[in-house]
Amino acid sequence: MSLLLLAVALPLAFALVALAIPSERTRPWVLPVAAIGQLLLIALLGEQRETLAASGGNWLGLDPLGTLLLGYLTVLFACCAFYAPAYLRLRPERPNRIFCTMMLVFFAMMNLFCISQHVGLMWVAIETTTLSTAPLLYFNRNRRSIEATWKYLLIGSVGIALALLGSFFLGYSALHAGLESSLVFGDLVAHAPNLSRPWLHASFVLLLVGYGTKMGLAPMHTWKPDAYGEAPGLVGALLAGGLTSCAFVAVLRCYSIVVAAGEGAFARELLLAFGLLSMAVGGVFMVRQRDYKRMLAYSSVEHMGILVLGAAVGGAGLFGSLLHMLNNGFTKGVLFLSAANIHRHFGSKSTDQVQGALRVVPASAALFLLGFFAVTGAPPFGPFLSEFTILRAAVAGGRTGVAAAFLALLLLVFVGMGATVLAVVQGEAPAGHAASRVRERIPQLAPIVLLLLLVLLLGVWIPEPLESALGRAARFVEGPP
Amino acid sequence: MSEALNLLLVSVLLFNFLMLGTSRMRAVIHAAGAQGMLLGGAFLVMHGASGPRAVALGIATAAIKGIIIPRILIGALRSQPIRREVEPFVSFTTSLLLGALATGLAVLFAGTLPLAEADTGELLVPASLATVLTGFIVLTTRRKALTQVVGYLTLENGIFIFGLTLVEAMPFLVEIGVLLDVLVGVFVMGVVVEHIVREFSSLGGDDLTELRE
Repeated sequence: MSLLLLAVALPLAFALVALAIPSERTRPWVLPVAAIGQLLLIALLGEQRETLAASGGNWLGLDPLGTLLLGYLTVLFACCAFYAPAYLRLRPERPNRIFCTMMLVFFAMMNLFCISQHVGLMWVAIETTTLSTAPLLYFNRNRRSIEATWKYLLIGSVGIALALLGSFFLGYSALHAGLESSLVFGDLVAHAPNLSRPWLHASFVLLLVGYGTKMGLAPMHTWKPDAYGEAPGLVGALLAGGLTSCAFVAVLRCYSIVVAAGEGAFARELLLAFGLLSMAVGGVFMVRQRDYKRMLAYSSVEHMGILVLGAAVGGAGLFGSLLHMLNNGFTKGVLFLSAANIHRHFGSKSTDQVQGALRVVPASAALFLLGFFAVTGAPPFGPFLSEFTILRAAVAGGRTGVAAAFLALLLLVFVGMGATVLAVVQGEAPAGHAASRVRERIPQLAPIVLLLLLVLLLGVWIPEPLESALGRAARFVEGPP
Repeated sequence: MSEALNLLLVSVLLFNFLMLGTSRMRAVIHAAGAQGMLLGGAFLVMHGASGPRAVALGIATAAIKGIIIPRILIGALRSQPIRREVEPFVSFTTSLLLGALATGLAVLFAGTLPLAEADTGELLVPASLATVLTGFIVLTTRRKALTQVVGYLTLENGIFIFGLTLVEAMPFLVEIGVLLDVLVGVFVMGVVVEHIVREFSSLGGDDLTELRE
């Protein structure tokens, strides 16, 4: 157990280091160093996986979902951490002490989320991520960013408060059935068939709305475009890839209790409704979107919809959904970081001012374009494979209506997003930028290329350990067939 | 025990109405604080006998929700020189009527859900739901950012009341974590409100309209 807590303690220790370092130039390097430390730690934890598995009434442990998420978050964080020093060098006018510290606190809390097996502890971890990311959103210190931070903080906190109420309802459903009062996932799943049905239903609705707010499912997504639009690209990548994935896993953990109670059908209907609505809202708002960072936020809403839709389809669909969680996260990393490079150069995030990026910042623009193809499900990238898996599972399950809607919405997204992306990368650069083709620096590009390679790899070949980890996680959620 | 608890919960409900019916921001904050104090008291009444940890937790609840958080909010209020009124979107009469409706609905809803034997007849579940709904009313009908923080706090108070039934299932550390999260949350919100005041020279809310489609 103490080994597991290291995953929380290590980033927190580095957060203290970041707080203590006086030099603005040196401090950002704490992030990559912490990432290396975390990678080593994860390798160690991987070897000890059996002894660390969640068991009995322990409120710390690694369930298959947590294991998958922990490994994935470490890779995503490492790529973002190596990008950070180059990015922060471009922003010498902004002090970065709070930024670096909070980045590490945020990461520590995501790790705590992965290893917590207690409903209350999991809630504390997610709520603390909200609080620690608020200063990250306010990095630019202007009117727009304070407005975005306020909405993020208030909507996020209220949503997550509902999840707490849902957690209590869950506990009460056990109490009502005369069971020993416990909020540990293992106990709840074991006692699921005896849980009080009305309380269980009410609890799942609240938990889905609460953690769905953090995921950014429609119609609770309203904080997302503002937050992602105003946050530095680096933060956007970690929010869209990391935090939303944590919230999705929180939903899946709660869903697994409902499935074990034999009420899966009820939960699947809800997940399906939220999934289709989120895809539709994301798609509609992407059409004619002139702000390319807000566009990425709506793309995130859409992909959160795909995730819960895959879970609702179940079976192979759930497998595809978990795979899509990784694909979406890595692709969002490519998009947000390359968008940040473009944003830095043009000083604007509107397609009115940003055109012809391929001529001015060719490497970043090319990565942005490839990221667009990946995220809209073009082969041979990973999202194609995971979306295709979900689609095939929907057809095989006889839900042709769902499959048709899924395809139609994907098409809408492709067209809507394509117009904005092409406006950014193609054409002539506006006057003033045309002559100034800048040299893009390797540290700003290498992490993005690495993320893109990961997306490509997941599209052509899934390594065996990953495949079995995904299978274990899917079986963990849905129980033995 | 049940008598004292019911008395505390009825007082909580009364403060809900006070919060909805008053125009002075300071009074609204104090009403939320008084509610926090009562919750600490309710915790002690229900669980005080089960050991020193529970007593400590009850006192911590009263201190954080009843004293520290209101002080943070009053501090944020002071950063605003004029206009210390609540300025709701709807009239106070409508707010009160909504509050009464919410309380009625909470009682009805709690009636339809099966309650564990120990809790039947107690006001715990209806009071919790009514306070949650009051929090929502304050959140959605009030214009100023600071009042919305109070709304969030009230919502959280309501959830806390429900949590009183589940103290055995919550480890001490997790309870403390939840309390600290609320404290830090309100603190961060207070800081953001002060920044909003500085940027927009008002207590926010209706000025925050720059980001939209």
